[in-house]
Amino acid sequence: MAGGAPKPSICVQREDFDAAAETEALCRGRADIGALASFVGLCRDEGGTLAALEIEHYGAMAEKEIERVATEALARWPLLALRIVHRYGLIEAGGRIVLVAAAAAHRGEAFAAAGFLMDYLKAQAPFWKRAHLADGSLGAWVEPKLADDEAAARWSAANT
Amino acid sequence: MKALYFAWLRERVGKSEEEIQPPASVSTVADLIVWLSARDETYAHAFEKRNVIRAAIDHAHVRHDAKIFGAKEIAFFPPMTGG
Repeated sequence: MAGGAPKPSICVQREDFDAAAETEALCRGRADIGALASFVGLCRDEGGTLAALEIEHYGAMAEKEIERVATEALARWPLLALRIVHRYGLIEAGGRIVLVAAAAAHRGEAFAAAGFLMDYLKAQAPFWKRAHLADGSLGAWVEPKLADDEAAARWSAANT
Repeated sequence: MKALYFAWLRERVGKSEEEIQPPASVSTVADLIVWLSARDETYAHAFEKRNVIRAAIDHAHVRHDAKIFGAKEIAFFPPMTGG
């Protein structure tokens, strides 16, 4: 795509998404894309103890913040197309939570951009997860993992 | 200005948003946390773990030393767990 970086396509929604249809739409009619890296984050059942995750979000900020991070990814890597979908609300175990699909000419930048975006979404996008347990009780708010902060921090070094 | 609270901070405060009118002496996010904490035990408890509380002014992340002058909306929340 000549004429600068593509505009990222971002959606923050309650509804489920079809990952195959999303990536198909991203590449449709394009012959310049040589690499598509797509990541889908799913709700794990934690060994059968977790029934669902309730995802609270800051509606007025979420899309804006994802767009900010996406713009940074587009400035770092020569991406040809970018699609991000993040859900909120109640998501049952096995359900889809997030999609990042990055398309580029070559795999290096597609993989790197998708990894960068996921690390930053975890640390910077205003979403908070709470567990609903399999025994019907309300579990704790999910605590961020130190490893998540470290994963995001590795991109702030000269590591592009 | 409007104050918003999310996740366990919202639960501890007992509301998701409210109008606040801090005095002019309250100039930073850190000042605002101190001012809110001094309201009553509910707020003091909600904001007791100050170093983990994140803030955003008008939908952009800010540090605790950020000035709040002119802010329309200030949000407080725990570390995010998206993705």
